[in-house]
Amino acid sequence: MAQMTMIQAITDAMRNELKTNEDVLVFGEDVGQNGGVFRATEGLQKEFGEDRVFDTPLAESGIGGLAIGLGLTGFRPVMEIQFFGFLFEVMDSVAGQMSRWRYRSGGTQTTPITVRAPFGGGVKTPEMHADSLEGLMAQTPGLKVVIPSTPYDAKGLLISSIRDNDPVVFLEHMKLYRSFRAEVPEEEYTIELGKADIKREGNDVTIVTYGAMVHASLKAAEELEKDGIDVEVIDLMTVSPLDVDTIVASVEKTNRAIVVQEAQKQAGIAANVVAEITERAILSLEAPVLRVTAPDTIYPFASMEDSWLPDHKDIVATVNKVVNF
Amino acid sequence: MSTKTLEQVEEKFETFQILNEEGEIVNESAMPDLSDEELQELMTRMVYTRIWDQRAISLNRQGRLGFYAPVAGQEASMLGSQFALDKEDWILPGYRDIPQIVYHGLPLHQAFLWSRGHIGGGKFPEGLNVAVPQIIIGAQIVQTAGVALGLKRKGNKNIAITYTGDGGSSQGDFYEGMNFAGAYNVPAVFIVQNNRFAISVPVEKQTAAKTIAQKATAAGIEGIQVDGMDVLAVYAVTKEARDRALNGDGPTLIETLTYRYGPHTMAGDDPTRYRTSDLDDEWTKKDPLVRFRKFLEAKKLWTEEKENEIVEKAKEDIKAAIKEADSAPKQKVTDLIGVMFDELPANLREQMEEFTAKESK
Repeated sequence: MAQMTMIQAITDAMRNELKTNEDVLVFGEDVGQNGGVFRATEGLQKEFGEDRVFDTPLAESGIGGLAIGLGLTGFRPVMEIQFFGFLFEVMDSVAGQMSRWRYRSGGTQTTPITVRAPFGGGVKTPEMHADSLEGLMAQTPGLKVVIPSTPYDAKGLLISSIRDNDPVVFLEHMKLYRSFRAEVPEEEYTIELGKADIKREGNDVTIVTYGAMVHASLKAAEELEKDGIDVEVIDLMTVSPLDVDTIVASVEKTNRAIVVQEAQKQAGIAANVVAEITERAILSLEAPVLRVTAPDTIYPFASMEDSWLPDHKDIVATVNKVVNF
Repeated sequence: MSTKTLEQVEEKFETFQILNEEGEIVNESAMPDLSDEELQELMTRMVYTRIWDQRAISLNRQGRLGFYAPVAGQEASMLGSQFALDKEDWILPGYRDIPQIVYHGLPLHQAFLWSRGHIGGGKFPEGLNVAVPQIIIGAQIVQTAGVALGLKRKGNKNIAITYTGDGGSSQGDFYEGMNFAGAYNVPAVFIVQNNRFAISVPVEKQTAAKTIAQKATAAGIEGIQVDGMDVLAVYAVTKEARDRALNGDGPTLIETLTYRYGPHTMAGDDPTRYRTSDLDDEWTKKDPLVRFRKFLEAKKLWTEEKENEIVEKAKEDIKAAIKEADSAPKQKVTDLIGVMFDELPANLREQMEEFTAKESK
């Protein structure tokens, strides 16, 4: 075991995959010699060479096309989009092309690509860096969308994503990159995609969440415990497809739930979680399923982040609403 | 000053031609090394494709084909370039480029299934290095850079070739794909089939550039403009580009000057709204079949009888292929679910059960 930050765990996962499978290629803007703008690919080019880890011209759409072409010729591309706000430049390659390739070829051709990208607020980035756009990806058939919240999860989920034979969008929350260290096994391990993790067991209310909001929810749960409210926190880890079984089993136990996301109310995936709970467990519910989200504006100017982003206080207030419904 | 620079650039992109409209060799030194049989095969393919186009338009009108983008006029551009390829080369076609992939090995009935919108249309035979025809104009260009890089990294002695139209050269992906290919020095050939119209918009409204070939300059790669109605010239430049790519000398942009005699697609486009009959007449005189027929007849390599045989063969093949397409199993929702992922995620496993039950009723 070693103490790692999430970014170190991510680098470790890529190193492991570069080592175990020579078809794995890592590329993007500044991921080579520079080791990535967040050091996610630090040392990888030196260890594996320029043929395996390399820089690209500054063009996201081209990077997406490159990944697809490499996938068609037998490689396992791990492409990086420097910030997920730049997704729009490469939306066709991701949502119009790689997501559909197996289907359009009747299952005869595959594009086993992992799209890595940082996102998320709280670090005062300039415009179009922090936006939560996972909702767009989750609406695209043919993609899986993974969002880890801990160093341990990040390593196991990234190894699974790279080994998956279909495209996976792997979103890394910038605020979680170096905010804490945790025990991460040095050897390889995988975490199944599409499975949620119960980060805190509880009996009174279920919080379904992901990304940085997992930590805000855990903090809220501690405060609520002081008031005698026993909260269960489910970290989705994969936001598409949802682990409906884990969500429903929890709601059937607690009879109350909220969904917490950093994205705006009209975005993200919270509405989807609410719909699944309503369809499958309405008879277990003692209260409506409420959402904690950001307001439906454009992502805030940097100096406004603190009052715009949802935090543990919003979560405490919303849990109290469903408890006192 | 700037005008002079433009003129100097344009001078570098003169149209390359081997065979004139009368079927005479005007560029003997550039004549490709093709046997009599190969020359006859090229003509055979062009005649076959012209008949196929006529039949496809008719079958579309009868409702027996779906989406169809006519190709008459572009036979030299399409088939001359494909003829320069090795079986293992990759083709990333646009939606009009069906003849190239059929001659690369796609069974005709599958091309018809693709036209109809059937899952069988994209189920390519094992080892056929072809992408499904691309509907998103320009996407095939960035993907070709990736395929070419893949081939290079695998050490294959093969190229990736892709096709788009004159309108497609305005897309960002067109530029990005060529530029990536240049930066990585990969074995890629980009063909722009300039048939002068993107649906109703003439090429003059796409760009102020006098040639599309000169757009190669922005990527730092070779560019050449060729008479796209001259099958020998198209073959020669494609072969040279392929050789250069495999020699490590980088990608090439080829602009073929061509024309489509028919509408843009069979989905209600009416070219008389935007094209004059004078322009049609001018390009009819340049018909790639007419000039190559004259050339072969002068060499005693072609007869009316031979051509009629090919016409009959094409009609029979098409009839058989349509019949085979008709016999393809009806698609089910479960078929579509089944090809979404290697392993179905939970939501699709659930929907698979629902639709299996529905379909068994």
